[in-house]
Amino acid sequence: MKNFTLRKTYHPYISPFDPCPPVREKTYYTPAQLYLGYQPQNLEQFSPKEALKAGTLWKVFYDPYYGPNEKRRGPYE
Amino acid sequence: MSNKQLPQEFYTMMEELQTLDFVLVELTLYLDTHPDDYNAITQFNEFSHARRILKNQFEEKFGPLQQFGNSYSDYPWNWNDPPWPWQI
Amino acid sequence: MWIYEKKLQYPVRVSECNPRLAKYLIEQYGGADGELAAALRYLNQRYTIPDKVIGLLTDIGTEEFAHLEMIATMIYKLTKDATPEMLKAAGIEDHYVNHDNALFYQNASGVPFTASYIQAKGDPITDLYEDIAAEEKARATYQWIIDMSDDPDLNDGLRFLREREIVHSQRFREAVEMLKEERDRKKIF
Ligand SMILES: [Fe+2]
Repeated sequence: MKNFTLRKTYHPYISPFDPCPPVREKTYYTPAQLYLGYQPQNLEQFSPKEALKAGTLWKVFYDPYYGPNEKRRGPYE
Repeated sequence: MSNKQLPQEFYTMMEELQTLDFVLVELTLYLDTHPDDYNAITQFNEFSHARRILKNQFEEKFGPLQQFGNSYSDYPWNWNDPPWPWQI
Repeated sequence: MWIYEKKLQYPVRVSECNPRLAKYLIEQYGGADGELAAALRYLNQRYTIPDKVIGLLTDIGTEEFAHLEMIATMIYKLTKDATPEMLKAAGIEDHYVNHDNALFYQNASGVPFTASYIQAKGDPITDLYEDIAAEEKARATYQWIIDMSDDPDLNDGLRFLREREIVHSQRFREAVEMLKEERDRKKIF
C-alpha cells in the first residue's frame, strides 16, 4: 500500500499579542504525485463505478478533500 | 425547456456512459505517457468497444450525443432538442 | 477539430439555490488557475513542444474544457431563477446589474479573464513545470472553495475536480521524465 502520508502538520509560533484565537496545528497537503515517480504498470484499480466517484481509476491517487463543516463521506475511505 | 420530463432510465444510462468514458479518459492520459503497457491497451480497447455499444443504445432512446455526422439524425432534426447537459 | 458531446464528464448536482457559492466558483471559471486558463494554456503549448508529449497536452487540454462545462453547470444551477433579492443578499448585485444571470469569464473578485494568466515560454521543460504548478494551484483553489461551501452535492463534484488535478499533475511530471530521457535508451520502471 501507500508508503507515504497525504497530510502533514506543523506548529507555528504563537505570540501573546495575536488577536485571533490561535490555530496551534496547521495542516498542508502532500498528494501521491509527489511520491509516485513514473507510475508503475498494473497498479490496483477501482471498479469503473468507484473510479468515477473517486475521480481516478487508480487507488494510489485517491485523496478525497472534505471541508471543515463536512462529515467525511465517501465509501472508499 | 419544455415540460417534457426525462425518465429515470435517461439518468441511469447517462451515468453508465459517464462511467465507461471516465475509465477511457484515465487510460488515455495514462497511455500518453505509457505507450508500451500492453494490458492497459487491451483494457482500453475493451472499454472502447463497450462504450460504442452503449452509445448506440443511448442514442436510439434519447437522440444524438454528437453531431457533425458522428451520430445519425431522426426526422425532424433532433440535435437541438433539449435538455442540454447543464439543464438535466 | 473538436467534436462536442451532449454529456457532462461527471453527474453534477447542487443541493440548493445559492448564488453566494456561484460567486466563489467563478474563480475556477475565469480565474488565473481556472479551467479556461488550463485548457487554453495546454492547447497553446502544443505547437512548440516535442512530438511525444503533444498527445498528452491535447488530451488534458480537452478534458479541461469538460471541467469548464461542469463549473458552468454548477454556477447555472446555483443561480437559476434566483431573485434580485437573493442575488443582493449574496453580495453579487454588482454582477447582476452588468450581466443579469449571464456567466462571465472573471475571477471571484470580478477581475476579467486575461491572456496573461497563460504562460508560454517555448522552452519545453519550463512550460511543463508551469503546467505542474498550474495543476497544484487549481487543486489548492478547489480545497479553499470546498472549505467555504456547505453544499454536500456541490462538494461531491468539486472533490472530483480536485482529484483530476492530482492525476493531471502526475501526467505532466511523467512528461518531464519523457523529455529528460536520453535518446535511444529504454525507460527503467
Ligand atoms: Fe487539470
